Amino acid sequence: MYFRYLGRELRRRARSAALVAIGLALGVGLVITVTSYAAGVKAAQGQVLSSLYGVGTDLTVTKPPTAGTGGPFRFSGTPSSSAQAGQSFAQDNLTSAGGLTTIPASDVSSISNLKGVAGATGALALSSVHITGTFTGGFGPGASATPTPTPTPTPAPTTTASASPSASGSGFGISTFSVDGIDPTEPGLGLLSGPNIASGASVVQKWFSDVQSGGSSDQTLALVSSAYAKQNSLKAGSTITISSTSSSTSFTVLGVVSVTETDGADIYIPLSEAQSLTGDTNDVNTIYVTADTANDISTVQAEIQKALPSVTVTSASNEASNISGSLSTASNLANSLGLGLSIAVLLAAFVLAVLLTIASVTRRVREFGTLKAIGWHSRRIVGQVMGEALVQGIIGGAVGIGLGVAGAFLVTKISGPLTATVGATGLGSSAPSGFGGGGGFGGGGGGFFGGASPGAFSSAPAGFARTFATSNHSVTLHMTAPLSLEVFGVAAGLAIVGAIIAGAIGGWRAARLQPAVALRRVE
Amino acid sequence: MYELKKLSRVYPKGRGKVAALSGVDLDIPDGEFITVQGLTGHGKTTFLLMLGALDKPTSGKIIFDGKDLGAMPESQLVDVRAQNFGFIFQNYNLLPTLTAEENVEAALVPLRIPTAERRARSTAALTEVGLGDRVGHFPSEMSGGEQQRVAIARALVKEPKVILADEPTGNLDEVTSLEIVALMEKLWKQRGMTLVLVTHDTKVARRAPRTAVITKGKLTMRDNRAPKVGTQGPPGTAKPAGAPKPT
Ligand SMILES: Nc1ncnc2c1ncn2[C@@H]1O[C@H](COP(=O)(O)OP(=O)(O)OP(=O)(O)O)[C@@H](O)[C@H]1O
Ligand SMILES: [Mg+2]
Repeated sequence: MYFRYLGRELRRRARSAALVAIGLALGVGLVITVTSYAAGVKAAQGQVLSSLYGVGTDLTVTKPPTAGTGGPFRFSGTPSSSAQAGQSFAQDNLTSAGGLTTIPASDVSSISNLKGVAGATGALALSSVHITGTFTGGFGPGASATPTPTPTPTPAPTTTASASPSASGSGFGISTFSVDGIDPTEPGLGLLSGPNIASGASVVQKWFSDVQSGGSSDQTLALVSSAYAKQNSLKAGSTITISSTSSSTSFTVLGVVSVTETDGADIYIPLSEAQSLTGDTNDVNTIYVTADTANDISTVQAEIQKALPSVTVTSASNEASNISGSLSTASNLANSLGLGLSIAVLLAAFVLAVLLTIASVTRRVREFGTLKAIGWHSRRIVGQVMGEALVQGIIGGAVGIGLGVAGAFLVTKISGPLTATVGATGLGSSAPSGFGGGGGFGGGGGGFFGGASPGAFSSAPAGFARTFATSNHSVTLHMTAPLSLEVFGVAAGLAIVGAIIAGAIGGWRAARLQPAVALRRVE
Repeated sequence: MYELKKLSRVYPKGRGKVAALSGVDLDIPDGEFITVQGLTGHGKTTFLLMLGALDKPTSGKIIFDGKDLGAMPESQLVDVRAQNFGFIFQNYNLLPTLTAEENVEAALVPLRIPTAERRARSTAALTEVGLGDRVGHFPSEMSGGEQQRVAIARALVKEPKVILADEPTGNLDEVTSLEIVALMEKLWKQRGMTLVLVTHDTKVARRAPRTAVITKGKLTMRDNRAPKVGTQGPPGTAKPAGAPKPT
């Protein structure tokens, strides 16, 4: 009787029952999709972090750029006042990547001596900028020159400049690449540690042992990234020259390496060579640290911070918040919008379920009054109403699981590959960098001279550095949206809870009904 | 079995009050057939709701089988209703989603009777009211007279002590009305239960030995057996006083 009555009633108001079930199904489906998407994003973040910082790395120690110093790019060779129109110039800069302040190499050993630290290695991440150009006009006496590189062919000197290297005629060119100086005595740590190498593991191993064995020629062996090698037609045996303002060294390419899903650096050279190129013989700018156990990470982090108050110690979990790019958008989407949306839909479904259940009870006042008159207890009637709601919830939950699976599948199809960038924040805000005494390279941050107005050498935040960082630490990966039984259970449970709430409210109204009132009603 | 003592039911109406029933004193012995007459809004349904324990008096007492219905909590009244009262309504009040057989069965659900027995009794009751071939039909597939027969079957299937019918023929044509009333009289005679029948139709009212006439909430009894000139019912329909003994 119970189920026959229940089933018939639901069939009678099939449309409203379907509406409730669909509403709940949508809510459940969204919860599943969003949860699995968020799980996928989280997994992706983990993947990014491990690929950027090395599976063997628990903590990364850097020192942020200080205002006014160590901008991402410093054109220290201010054109002299004797520069002639038509004279060409070339300038090499090798600076700390992202304007990171250097850390004394001795800190590496003091960190490795800390309790709980399994190992630490220093590295020097550098950015090389090569600029060529032609002066188009003479420098007026006493002019504080603010040269304007204008990408358009029109000579467009700015108001304050009486002379500018400009794009007119021969043009103005910049080429950049990134260099990592790596400590060859610690092959198990940092960016080139085993798990991070996508291809070229054997050549990396050979590089480490060759450089370690320490012949003077071995010290000038370099590894290049596969992307950089392709771009510049480099192969084993090729020679590359890395220059700073003060010195220049030629390296022999030992082989090509590709780091897991990252672009990594373009060129890897021994730390000592990197140090002598920049003149910072005893400095590094990144220290990779591993802890004895995962549980120690936060303790070690605190200890390093205590020992070296001026450095920034980041753990993989800290770093998650620094990830930008579409991965971070995805993460924000999953966390805020997705969650908000699924809560909103679920709530709407709950409200719909409650309203339609109340409507059904109200329409059946006479029916329930009759049942009470023939001796049905209120609890039996409540049970009937609850049962009807529950069936809607179960159907909604089941359909919702199907929708959720489909949604999760669609999301991975639609979202396509994600990109992630680590470390861009903070770099873009680095101090105004000098160029002939002027400001840093301008631009909306979109790239070189992007949207540059006349007088583009403004002191705008260097969009330049950002581009650098991006090219250094950017990852592309494919989204997954893992599904779990647990999520199914929770989501379907939500639908059932919603149905029970609706049924309870409807049942409560049915229970309160006076049979006499119900029977007087004439329809 | 029924003892009504100074029974009153006052409803609030707007700012004032309406005495739907006031000071009703009445004894109804077991197995009696009583009809109830009165003008619209004078308290007939209220009277029936009192007898059926569907509403409570505001003052006075209604005692059924020695139990004061006005003093019982709803949870107990439900069981009293389930066991003792069968209702028949003007609008039939069948559950639209249930078949004739299931509608009848619904009256047995609260009595914890096994399913098979419930089915058998329901089918038997429907056969008794002449609907043995319509058990699987839904109310929407039946005429008003047929629906009312289902309602009668539903009322009598649990073999209640009392059948309370509120204008059961109010929606039916004259021929069907007579059929329905005749059916109820037949069942009353066979089973010896108490039958209280509200009707507007004086011809129908006079078929019972006694008629309760309710005027503005006041109840007076009229004896239909005392012949009056020109007002005698059809021959052979007047019943002797008292109840026929259950068979
Ligand atoms: N729930 C209520 N609230 C207020 N007044 C009510 C209520 N129920 C009934 N009444 C009033 O009580 C009086 C008696 O109503 P009742 O339904 O018993 O009359 P009735 O004789 O059955 O009329 P009818 O022949 O139209 O069915 C009426 O005046 C009615 O308006
Ligand atoms: Mg009435």
